[in-house]
Order: sequence, then C-alpha cells, then structure tokens
Amino acid sequence: MNKTLLIIKREFLTRVKKKSFIVMTILGPLLIAGLMIAVIWFGMKESDQQFVLVVDDTNPVFSELKSSASIKFEYSDMSLEQAQNIFYESDYTSILYIPENILSANTAKLYFKKQPGVITIKSVENQVENIIEEQKLLLYNVDRETYDKINTDFILDPFKLEKSGKQEAVDSSKAWVGFGFGLLIYMFIFLYGVQVMRGVIEEKTSRIIEVIISSVKPFQLMLGKIIGVAMVGLTQFLLWVILTITIVTAAQVFFFTDMMDPAVQAQMTTEMMEQMQQSKSAQFNLNDPNNIVNRTDWGVMLGLFLFYFLGGYLLYSAMFAAIGAAVDNETDSQQFILPVSLPLIIAYTVSTMIVNNPEGPAAFWFSIIPLTSPVVMLVRVAIGIGDGGVPYWEVGLSMGLLVIGFLLTTWLAAKIYRTGILMYGKKVNYKELWKWLRYSS
Amino acid sequence: MQPLLTTQNIVKRYANHTALENVSISVPKQSIFGLLGPNGAGKTSLIRIINQITAPDEGEVFINGEKLRQKHIENIGYLPEERGLYKKMKVGEQALYLAQLKGMSKSDALRKLKEWFEKFDIATWWNKKVEELSKGMQQKIQFIITVLHEPELLILDEPFTGFDPINTQLIKDEILQLRKNGATVIFSTHNMASVEEICDHIVLINKAKTILEGAVSDIKNTYKSNVYEIEFKGNMMAFTNAMWTGGELLEKAEKNGTSKVKIKLLGNHKPNDLLQAIIQHVEVQSLNEIIPSMNDIFIQKVTEIKEEIQ
Repeated sequence: MNKTLLIIKREFLTRVKKKSFIVMTILGPLLIAGLMIAVIWFGMKESDQQFVLVVDDTNPVFSELKSSASIKFEYSDMSLEQAQNIFYESDYTSILYIPENILSANTAKLYFKKQPGVITIKSVENQVENIIEEQKLLLYNVDRETYDKINTDFILDPFKLEKSGKQEAVDSSKAWVGFGFGLLIYMFIFLYGVQVMRGVIEEKTSRIIEVIISSVKPFQLMLGKIIGVAMVGLTQFLLWVILTITIVTAAQVFFFTDMMDPAVQAQMTTEMMEQMQQSKSAQFNLNDPNNIVNRTDWGVMLGLFLFYFLGGYLLYSAMFAAIGAAVDNETDSQQFILPVSLPLIIAYTVSTMIVNNPEGPAAFWFSIIPLTSPVVMLVRVAIGIGDGGVPYWEVGLSMGLLVIGFLLTTWLAAKIYRTGILMYGKKVNYKELWKWLRYSS
Repeated sequence: MQPLLTTQNIVKRYANHTALENVSISVPKQSIFGLLGPNGAGKTSLIRIINQITAPDEGEVFINGEKLRQKHIENIGYLPEERGLYKKMKVGEQALYLAQLKGMSKSDALRKLKEWFEKFDIATWWNKKVEELSKGMQQKIQFIITVLHEPELLILDEPFTGFDPINTQLIKDEILQLRKNGATVIFSTHNMASVEEICDHIVLINKAKTILEGAVSDIKNTYKSNVYEIEFKGNMMAFTNAMWTGGELLEKAEKNGTSKVKIKLLGNHKPNDLLQAIIQHVEVQSLNEIIPSMNDIFIQKVTEIKEEIQ
C-alpha cells in the first residue's frame, strides 16, 4: 500500500509540475472569464458618440426625441433618398427613418455605417416607442393612468403538486445546471482517461515498465496511476473554480462599476431601468430566492458531481489503461478508443435530449447503466432528489451499480494490463484481448 | 553450502508454446551464474518468474530455502534487457523514486545514491533530465538503481550492451566487487567471452529445457577432447616421422621456420608420451592443451540438439 502511495505521489507531482498543466490551469479560467466579459463588455460599450439624422415623414410629430451625452439627434427636411445620398459625406453615424404609417406599422428603420451598440438601439427604440404610445393615447383618447392599468404583463406559473401536498415550481433551468455538471464530467473523463492511457504507453515504450513491476505488482502501478491522475483532475477543477470566481468578481468590480454610476443611470430611460432591474433580478441578483443560483442545491450537486466524476473516471480510465497496455504506440490505440468512448458520447447526446424531460424512460435507463450514468444522472438529480425529484432508490441503484461497474471493469482491465505491458511488437486484436482476459494470474 | 536460489521443475506455458519445461537450476551463494541460451530459449521467462513478474504454471522457486514470496522482491535487484527510464524525469528524482519502490527509506536511498554518484563521478547529472543523457549514461544510472539496495541476488540481463570498453570494465569490476561483498549474480548474456571471464557456474537453456548445467571449469573439462597444440622449430618431415600411433595429427602449419600442429591423443596416452616421442627430433617451444571455449560448447550443444530433433 505504501508503494501505491509512492506511485500516486509521482504520477500527481510530475503532472502538476508540467508547464502544460500550469498553463491550462491559469489559461482555462482566463479564457472562460475573458470570453464572458468580452461578450458583455463589447455588447454594452458604446465606441463613439452617436449622431443620428432623423428623417421624419410624419412631420412634425416626432420632434420629441431627446439628445443625450451619447446620442445626438438632428432633424432634417431631406427625403430618405437625399439623406442616404449624403450619408457617407456627412458626420452622421446613422439615419433614423420614421415612415408615415408608423402608428399602424409600428416599425421604423435605422440605417448605420457601423453597427451601433445594444444600448444605442435600445435607447432609440424606447424613445420612439414612448412617443408612439403617447400619440396613440391621444388618438384614442385614453389617459396615461388608464393605460397603465390596462397594460398587462401576464405570467403563467406552473407548479408540480406532490401527493404529500408539497408544491414545487417546475423548471428545466435547474436541469441545465445539472447538464453543465454532466458536461464537465464528460470532458474530464476524456481528458484524464487519455492521460492515463498515455502514461501507460510511455512506460511501455520507454521500457521502464519491467523495472517497476519487478518492484511492485502491475495492479498497484495501474491503480496508482489512475488515482494520481484523478487527483490531478480534481486539483485542476478546484483551481478552475477558485480562479474563475476570482476573475469574474474582480471583473465585476473593475469593469461594471460604472453601470451603478448615477450619471450613467440618468441617461437611461425609466423603462430601460425597469428592464435592467427585471433581468437583473431574474439572473444576477444573488439575494433573490428565485434566482437559479439559489434554487440549486449546491451541496447535493457538488457531492454527487464528485461521486459520479470519480466513479465514471475510475470506470473509464481502467479501460483506457488497458488500451494503453495493449498497444505499442498511440496511433494503434484508435481502434480501441472508439468503442470505449462510444457509450460516453451516447451519454452526452442523451443528456442534451433529456434536459427538457428529465423524468422520461430514456432518462431513467441511461441514468442507471454505469457506462452512461455519470453524465446522465447529474442532469436528473439537479431537479432534486426524493419528493418531487428523482426517487431515492433510483439514485441509490445508479450509485451502487456504478461502484460495481468500476470494480468489475478495473478487475477485467487489470487482467489485460498485466499481460499487455510485457508484450512488445505485437499487433493486438480483440481475439487476443479475449485470450488475455482468460489467463489466470 | 545451501544454494541461494533453486528452482524445481518450473513449467511455464503460453497459448501457443511452452516457454519452460521442467527447468531446475541451483545457484550457489556468492557465485556469478551464467544463464545462457539462444534467443527465445526461455531465459526471460525464467527471469520473470524469479522476479515474480509472472507466476510459473508448475514448479517452485526457493530463495535461501524459503519459498519465493512478495517480501523477497527487496532482496533482488533486476536489470532487464529491455530497460529504460522516464525520459522527462530528472535523474536524481527518478533514482530516488525507484529506490523507494524497492523498499528503501528516502534518507537511505539519498545517502547511498550520493555515494554511487560520487564513485562514478556523475554527481553533476543529478538535476538533468534523463533525455539529456546519452544511452551509455542512462545505462550507468540503471545499473546504480539495480544495485543500490544491496540485494542478495542480482539478475543482470545483458548488462554490458551499450557500454564502451572502459565503462564495460568499470561495470565488470563493480559486479566482481559486489560478489566479493556477498552478492550472488545471475548473469544472462549471449556474449560468451564475458561468460568465460566472470562466470563460475552456468546453465544452458535451449528450447525451454536445461541442456547443460554446472561449474564452468567442470564443464570445460568434460568437453575437452584431449587435443594438444605444439609449437616447435625444425623440420615438419622429421616431426611427422617421429609421430607414433598414439596420436592423430589434426592440423599443421609452418611459418618462418616455426611449426604449429594440433595432435589428438588416442587411448590412454598422456602428453608426456607425445613429448618423449618427438623431443629428439625437433626443438619443442610450447605444448598446450586445447580447452574448448564456452562459445564452442554453446554452439556444439545447441546444434547437437537441433540435429537430434531433425
């Protein structure tokens, strides 16, 4: 056992000290966070001041467009055609064309040289919409107060009513959180399973294998390698989580403080403010109990993530280790990798399909079978376990079968491994592997 | 004296062939024991069984009279023929790791490694990656790793391949020194010259079976065929005339007035009888018994068996 620890330590340290690990660990979250920030930032940032030429066929009703620090409106008597002709010789960044029939058609056109930001478009849209509303109110002789009372924003709230009387909001957004975890497991199993395989091939091709197995049992070496690499995976995952949270938090402080700035807020129309408040409360406000972050049971999810990650990883990496032992180099491994990764790919495909129906028969069976359960079960348990979610017995069965599954595959893989690591220069096929499985120790 | 290692009727079968068939050997303590045989004879299979890498289908192995067990791993140092190191790992770190796998404590391993590195004058390699070293350098590291834990039994499979003559001598001296300090060495090789030079016992395995076993000197005595080489000055005619019926002339050659002949003595005749017969006719300069080399014996034995089968 002591020797297995030594092997785990070596496998872990040599990988963690590698440049590629350090680069991946730092770059991974930077890329993810950077991408997220870039999308939001570029979407919001107004590169230049907007200078809008208003061509108004309904003259003079649209005179109420208000210029602000970032958008300046200028009215003209030109026809649309004339305006378009002089557009590129002028300083205008865009032309707002308000057609005669705007009150019935409810559309106007914005021509631009360079795509304006979301805020510009929203701001113009809101102003025009407000003006149209005001005109319609006048036209139909309705006062603002009555209109506000009539204007309805209807929401249908679906609830699942349990036998026990407990009510729970149905929501597939929780399943998407589970899907995210499942996807992580899927990626990690591939990433680190292949690392195990590479490690075995390295020991075989460098011929160090015979020296090592004259000191330890092949099974100890295989187990040590698998566990060592698993710890590398967990370390990387942990560092990614910590770094991503740090970066995103820091980015929020540095980049988005101006959103809270009263000067910026003053430029926004009240409606925009409302919209932002709404979307914020739905997605970003951590104090709102309806927030997806707060509705997810993180304790259960993280616990199950760790269990299914380890279980699935152990199951698959044992097979990857056996492949590594059976071949002489990585190119030969292709023919064996495909059948091993097929169930994993199926698991991924199934989980994309069951996100919207986590309680169907496909979801049930694929979350019980050990080869697919590590990915599929996470989608299901995200909804909850027990009352209103996945029944306890199903989770228990799935976990139990996964443990049995990995013990079984490890036992079989060890047989192939033991024979394969001492076999050089032999093209191995499935018949040969079958023979190895039946060798007695 | 009790032998260090004995194997009793070892049988190892693979799917399509038998690698070892009733192989019994006995390796005396503190001997250098040559394990010989043509390629594919079963040497590696036997070595792997002694190292507990594989288990025999039948038969048993004893070390110091005890049945071979897991704990004996620490008493054995094994240098396989197909050997290598982790290429990306540093030399010192790797040596420490492999020594610890053999059951040494970290501090012990570190101390002894430093000693060996000083001795071989390679202390500067400690922090180098293995891939930066030449093949011969890597072999040196592997040798150190094999002997570091001072095992009672050393199994060296072609230890000299990849070494230049100077390093070959260095390693040879180290092996002899280790034997002097109490180690027993099983030495597997195709290089018959080195067998002659350092082995005291050998076993010859061919087609899964032991065909020859014993002390090198005994074997040579058994295989000598009473042939003598004589160098003399004088007339070849005079010599042939002087020859009597007790000997048979096998070869003759003359160069610069010195002649060389090979004579096989027949019956119970001794070299003295030969000398008496010729000494008055020619001037004898030397007389040597022709002792067959291990190489000759090896080839003779293996071809004999081939012919028998045919």
